[in-house]
Formats: sequence, C-alpha cells, structure tokens
Amino acid sequence: MIRALIRGRSRCAPLPLRALPLLALPLLAGCDAARLGVMNAAGPVAETQRHLYLILAIVLIFIAGPVLILTPIFAWRYRLSDKRHIYRPTWDFSWGVEALIWLPPTGIVLGLSVLLWTYTHRLDPYRPVAGSGPPLVIQAVALDWKWLFIYPDQRIATIDQMAIPVGRPVRIVLTSGTVMQSLLIPRLAGQIYAMAGMRTELNLAASRAGVFRGENTQYNGTGFARQSFDVLALSPDGYRRWLARVHAAATPLDRMAYAQLFKQTTPPDPVFYSAAPAGLFDTILARDLPPKATRR
Amino acid sequence: MSAPLWPAVLGRFDWQSLPFVRAWQHPSLNELIGAGAAAMVVIGAIALVALITMLGRWRYLWGDWLTSLDHKRIGIMYVVLAFVMLARALVEGVVMRAHQATAIDAPGIVSPDHFAQLFSTHGSIMIFFMAMPFLTGAINYVMPLQIGSRDVAFPLLNSISLWLTGAAAGIMMASLVIGEFSTGGWTGYPPFTELRFSPGVGVDYWIWAVTLGSIGSTLSGLNFAVTIYKMRCPGMTLMRMPMFTWTSLCTSILMIFAMPPLTVATALLALDRYLGFHFFTNDLGGNMMNYANLFWLFGHPEVYILILPAFGVYSEVVSTFSSKELYGYTSLVLATMAIAVLSFTVWVHHFFTMGQSANVNAVFGIATMTIGVPTGVKIYDWIWTMFRGRVRFTVPMLYSLAFMMTFVLGGLTGIILAFPPLDYLVHNTLFLVAHFHNMLIPGLLYGMLAGYHYWFPKAFGFRLDERWGRIAFGCWVGGFYLAFMPLYVLGAGGMARRTAEIFEPAFRPWLYVAGVGALVLFAALAALAVQLWVSIRDRDANRVPAGDPWDARGLEWSIPAPPPEYNYAAPPRVASRDPFYDAKRNGTAYYPPARYDDIELPRNAAVGPVLGLLGAAIAFGLVWHMWWLAILGLAGVVATVIARSFVRDTHRIIPAADVERQDRAWRAAVAATPAIPREVEMTPANRGLAEGAA
Repeated sequence: MIRALIRGRSRCAPLPLRALPLLALPLLAGCDAARLGVMNAAGPVAETQRHLYLILAIVLIFIAGPVLILTPIFAWRYRLSDKRHIYRPTWDFSWGVEALIWLPPTGIVLGLSVLLWTYTHRLDPYRPVAGSGPPLVIQAVALDWKWLFIYPDQRIATIDQMAIPVGRPVRIVLTSGTVMQSLLIPRLAGQIYAMAGMRTELNLAASRAGVFRGENTQYNGTGFARQSFDVLALSPDGYRRWLARVHAAATPLDRMAYAQLFKQTTPPDPVFYSAAPAGLFDTILARDLPPKATRR
Repeated sequence: MSAPLWPAVLGRFDWQSLPFVRAWQHPSLNELIGAGAAAMVVIGAIALVALITMLGRWRYLWGDWLTSLDHKRIGIMYVVLAFVMLARALVEGVVMRAHQATAIDAPGIVSPDHFAQLFSTHGSIMIFFMAMPFLTGAINYVMPLQIGSRDVAFPLLNSISLWLTGAAAGIMMASLVIGEFSTGGWTGYPPFTELRFSPGVGVDYWIWAVTLGSIGSTLSGLNFAVTIYKMRCPGMTLMRMPMFTWTSLCTSILMIFAMPPLTVATALLALDRYLGFHFFTNDLGGNMMNYANLFWLFGHPEVYILILPAFGVYSEVVSTFSSKELYGYTSLVLATMAIAVLSFTVWVHHFFTMGQSANVNAVFGIATMTIGVPTGVKIYDWIWTMFRGRVRFTVPMLYSLAFMMTFVLGGLTGIILAFPPLDYLVHNTLFLVAHFHNMLIPGLLYGMLAGYHYWFPKAFGFRLDERWGRIAFGCWVGGFYLAFMPLYVLGAGGMARRTAEIFEPAFRPWLYVAGVGALVLFAALAALAVQLWVSIRDRDANRVPAGDPWDARGLEWSIPAPPPEYNYAAPPRVASRDPFYDAKRNGTAYYPPARYDDIELPRNAAVGPVLGLLGAAIAFGLVWHMWWLAILGLAGVVATVIARSFVRDTHRIIPAADVERQDRAWRAAVAATPAIPREVEMTPANRGLAEGAA
C-alpha cells in the first residue's frame, strides 16, 4: 500500500513542480482523487479495465490530435489580415481530402470495434474471474440507504461491509429490495444495476489486500450520499478471523431484524448478523417482503 | 405535513406547500434559498407586469407579439423563453456547485432533498426549456427565410407549439413557488418516481411539464418538416438547401419520431401514479426496464435534435466568416443524415450496466462509435472550409473554433463511454456529467450563441456589441473548462453524480475549481446581458439596414434587416447553393423583382396563448389533484378548437402597392449605402452592404 502510494505520488508530481506549490497542490490532490479509482486498480478486472483505458488513450490522441492542431493552424494561417496566403473562395471539394476525412476515422472505428467486442466479452460482469479456489458467492441486496450482503454458504450477513479473501474469485449476485441502485467498487470492477424482482451478477477478485470503497451510484433518495461501504480484501487468515467476528456478533437476522432492514435508514457503522436464514435472497427476489416495506 | 386546506377545491395544497411559509417556520439557509428563489419568480413576474402596464404596452404585446403567427416573432419569443430559462437553470448549476464545494464533510448550503430538486430542475430545464426552445426558435426564425418562404407551413400550429412550450416552462416556474419539484433527475427513472417512493407533487410537475413540452416539440417537428418539403422557393432543390436548413430537416424528422416515445413514457408513468397501473412499478408485473428503453429511445435521438441545428449554424458561420464555399457540402448532407439515422440505433448505451449480455452491449457500443465517423467528418469539413479562405475572428467564428476544439474532447470521452467495460466504471459518476456537458455546451450552447450573434442583426437591424460579445465568449469557454474538466477527474475517482454530501477530502480541490468555473459561467451570462443592454443603447451606431452585415451567402441576407413581415417582396428564385453570394459577385444582387403581387398573410390568433393557458391549467390541476381545474381546462381546449374551426376570416391581404412602395424605398436606401470591405465589418461603418456587392 505505502509503496504504491509513494510510487503514485512521485509519478504525478515530478520535482520541478514542487517549486510551484500552488500548481502542485491541486495536482497532488488530483492524484489523490484519481487514486480512488480504476487508475489504482487492485484486482484483475479493474487491472484489465485500466489496461483498456491506456490502449484507448493512445488511440484517442490520434483521433483528436489532427483537429486540435489543424483548427488553430488553418484559422490563423488563413486569417483576413494576412493576405500572403492563397485564397480559393470557390474550392469546395477534393476526392483526396474526402478520402482523408472518411477513411482513417472509419478504419480507426473498425479497429476499435474489434477491441470493443473482445474486451466487452472479456470483461462481461457475468463472466467468472480466474483465481484460486471456487468463487465466493455474496448476495447483495440494495436497500434504502444501505447494502445488505448475504454470505449464503457461510450463513451470515452484513450491512455496509464486505470482506473477501485476496486472490479468490468473488461472484456478487444482486437484487434490490427497493428502487433501482447501482453497485460500484471502483478499484475492483465496474458497476452493475440492482433491480427489484431481477437478478444481476458481478464477478471480481482482489489481487492485493486493502480497504476499497464501494458505493451506490444511482440516486435513490436523501440518504443517497451516505450509502457507501468498505470492501475488506483480506489474507485467508484475516478473512477467517473476520468470519469468526461476524459469527460472534450474536445478532441473527431474524424476523425483527429483517423488518428493520426495509426502513429508510443508514446505520452509522457496519452491522454484522451472525446468522441469516437460508433462501433470504430468493425471498427478496420474489418480492415477498414484510408488508410495511412495500410502502414508504 | 399539515392537512390539506380544502381538498375539493385546492386538492393537495396546504400551507406547507409555500416556500415562504416553510422558511418562516424553519428559517434555515436551505429554506431561505428556496424562498428567495420563489420570491425572485414572484417579484420578477410582478415587476414585468408593472413595467408593461406603466409603459402602456399591453396592447402592443398582445397584438404584435403574443398572438402573432409570424414565424419570425414566434422564433424570437422562443429564444427569449430560452434565455429566461437559461438564467434560472444556470443559477441552479451555480448553487449546486457552491453546495458541493461547501458540503465536504459538512452539511453544505442546501438540504439533500433540495439538492435533488436542483439537479432535477437544472437538467429538465436545460434540455426541455432552454435547449429545445433555443433551437426551435432559431429554426423558426431562420429556416423559412433560408428557403425563401413567407412563413412555416402551419402558422397557427406554430403558435400553439410555442404556447405549449411556454405553458410547460410556466409549470416549471410554478413548481418553484408552489410545492416542490421532482427529485428523480431529468430522466425521472421509476420505480423511484413511482407513487410508493415519491408521493409528493414533484414528480407530477415533472411529468406534465415534460409532456406539454414534448407535444409542443412533436408539433414543431411536423411543422418544420412539412415547411421544408413543401414551401421551398422555385429553384431550391434539396441539394441547394443551406446547411442549416438541412440540419433543421434532420432535427425535425428526429423530433417527429423521437418525441412520441417520451410522451408515451411519461403518460404510462402518469397512469401508474394516477390510476394505479403497473407499467414500471416494482410489483405486479411492472418493469422499469421498459421505461429505460422508452426514455432513451427518445433520449438519444434527442441529443442529436439538440446538436444538429448547432452543426447547421457552424456550417453557415464558418463558410461566411471564411469568405468561402462550404467544403464538402454533399459530405455534410450525407453525414447529417447518417447521424440522424444512426441516432436511433444506440440508445442502450445509456444503460450498459443494466445487466444485458455482452453481445448486446458490444453491438450497441460499436454502433455508438460508428456515429463518431460522420461527426468527425463534419468537423473536418469545417476545418477544410477555412483552408485557403479569409478567416475573420468575429464572435460567431470564435464560438465555432472553440466548439471544434472542445467538442472533440467530448468525443474522446464519448468513445471511452462507448466501451461497455469502461462505461461500467464511470457510468453514473461525474465523468458522465462532464462528458455530456462537454458535448452539449459546445455542441448546443455555443452553436446557439453563435447563431444569436450571427442572425441578431438580421432580426433587429443592428449588430450586437463586439467587445462584450468577446468578454462573454471568453467566460463561456474559460468557465466551461474550469467547471467541467475537474469533473472528469472526480468521476474517474468514482465520485457518483447527484451527491449532496462528500466524505472524501481528496475531492476537495477539484470541487473548488469547478465551483470557480460555475461562477465564471455565471459571469458569461451576465456579460451577455450587459452586451444586450449596450447594444440596444448604441443601436443607432450599429444599424445594418441594408441587411447583409457579414457578406453572407444565403437568401436571408438579400432582404432588409429587420425583414418585412412578408419576408420577400416577391418569391426569390435560386440557381445555386449560395444564391445571394453568387448574385453579389455577378452584380445581380438587389435587383428589384419584375412585378409585385398582393401578399396574403395569416391574421393574428389568440388560439395559441389560450391553448397554452388552458394546457397549463390542466397540468396544474392534475399536479395538485384539483380535478375541477383539469376538467375545466380540458373542456376549454375542446371549446377553443371548435370555436376556431368556425373562424372564416383567417387571412389578410397586403396590397401589391404597399409591398412595392416598401421594397423600392429599401432598394433606394441600399443604393445610397456605402459598401464596406470585410476589415471594417465590426465598426459602425458597417451599414449592411458588402463591398463588391452593389
């Protein structure tokens, strides 16, 4: 973590800039902001996405470059006050120019299409991620204004905290107990919508230990801004200890607790449920909710 | 919530619906801002009424403007509406930026609910009540002149479109004073906007404002398309139409096909909310994905409805201010048509993250990138139009150059967003917000402002002040970069859009920069206001009565500025793409017509304003559940339409002698006007006659 941090900073703020603290400050801070996102990828999915970003960034230079260069050059060179240059008021067509403006962009788009097709399939959120061991299944339920994470195989559940073992593939299955929401963990993978009565899936893995910010990006009411959660990417040992902690919480997700889930609240701290009933996710998916939950 | 006062008459209204009462009871900064905004609407309206009464101009306003069926006046009224709404929505943008800059680990200046109303009104107004009226006004004013027509095909329908749009904008303003607005964003996604999650009046305001506006736009589209198909002057074949007319045609076609899905979507949502249907609810078979598809089936073509007319303006401006024929006219026509058709094939890219298969996403991603090709071609066509020209850096040209270089950056981020795997990361973040502002500010606002500066002298007979125009331009461009480039960084860092509170200190400096940018954009709007004031003050020095201040190319410049109500004393006849420019060069410009005929023009009609008022009454009644008002309004609409169908005396005649007298007087004035070279076109020497033309 610390090494990455130092490396990240030194790359963003080279020495000469330190002489210009006013300039360097926002740049440094800018690095801080960008470091929260995919540029500081911490898992194979996000790493591939960053890779794709960089490929695209290079291609895009060639798309924008000519416009950014030619526009000011032509405008200035052929300005009214400088009559040294040739003036051809009726010149309005040339096959050569036509070829130049139609063919290269078409070629670039064709090339990008291949890239797009390949990477869209490679990074399909439904596609399992390679890694050690069978995928860890986590069922995520979007609620107002919190996330419920059910670990069906471990029979536990949490609110606003998700722990995963480093290196092990994770399959997050999503639905919503309320309005549509969108689950995003920028440093691990892209987002996918969670919709009531429907099931979506997001596969990811963490390649290093750390705490990663997760959020809902789809506006769902006044508690929206506070609806975030931490993803703890832990060593196998750390993950086992975390499970033990949750099991030791001694608050099961019983009928009472279940009804509470559907209130429009954000708990100040993550909540651990030492036991969660089997089939809970499917109950919510089937819209079999506590009677009050269907109203505000 | 207090109890409704008098439900049978006032519906859902209670005292808490008034922001003044709320601010009185809980005088927080948040409520004071709300009450202040409402007070501005009320005071503004009262001041306007008082001013008109004081000046004794009601008769003039009603007789010459509000009931006018003249496409030019309707166009100007559309643009006025656009500027008013621009002012409100821009201020809302500034408030949002100020809020976010003060809401980092702090509550900020407005409450989360108020913030949500702000982003919802800002988006809805900018799209439906700033951009749409602006471009509809520009098309209304310019297109019939460009094709040598006296008016649009259906002048009364035109007035009705204007007033439906005006009514919708009025409903938006009412939401500021009575009740609240939707918090569902400009897209109004259910199930959040369903009764279960948004029981208040806000979503209903949104639904009826958008519905009225969308009906107005559908009618405008039909009107414009028929006008272009049927009302061109002799000799104006399709491939001789000016580029702005071409883009108007494509936009009209898009309006005809893309607005109905929106009307359907809002109507179905209204059925859900009013009559307990289940189109988009969570339960009982509803599915919000249907809404997303319907909405974006409108929403994506809408982007091109907004951008194509601006492309048309740039085509005119770049060619005129380069003193050169437009490069690759055929290419541009093909590219415009290609964009119009392709715009219907990409809507899924607005929800790549909805969980469909990789195949579907990839197909729509590729379709999205494909649109980039004709768009890129258009940019290159303008660049090659400057090539070997004589470029003058007037304000419209500056906007065009800023557009080309800024729009291409938005195109780049557009390609990033077209890649589904990258969209997964930045969808719903400020990156997306930065992207579409990066497309629409240069791609719509700069275009409309360029058109405003370009055609203003034609419409009002005097040029706009150049210096203040440049100041405004500098602020629009500088402000855009300051306000929106930081959002790319924030979005890449995962900052979700529509966030009322920020808990990430790393975002702070970027939010500050964006906040400063918003202030600069506000300064830009203020500079435009100052410019208008200065220009009106100095109008006598900047008059261009001969009508051609820019040595321009199309028919609209061959008539006086401002044009007579009948536009052309005799129908023009064209034989080329730049008829007026060619006529100036071969010495046939300003020839009087061989003969003058009586001209028949539609009489003014009160039907438009009346229908607008009734439409607003229906909408307001539906929002507040004042059923009697809605029913009365509907009955009034039926009665008005029936009554109108009995009116026989709908046209009046301008005798040929009057036309001849006015036309000859103008031609005599032109003959006495000194022609000027392009070097001094920005000085008072410019009286609207170009050198080498007379």
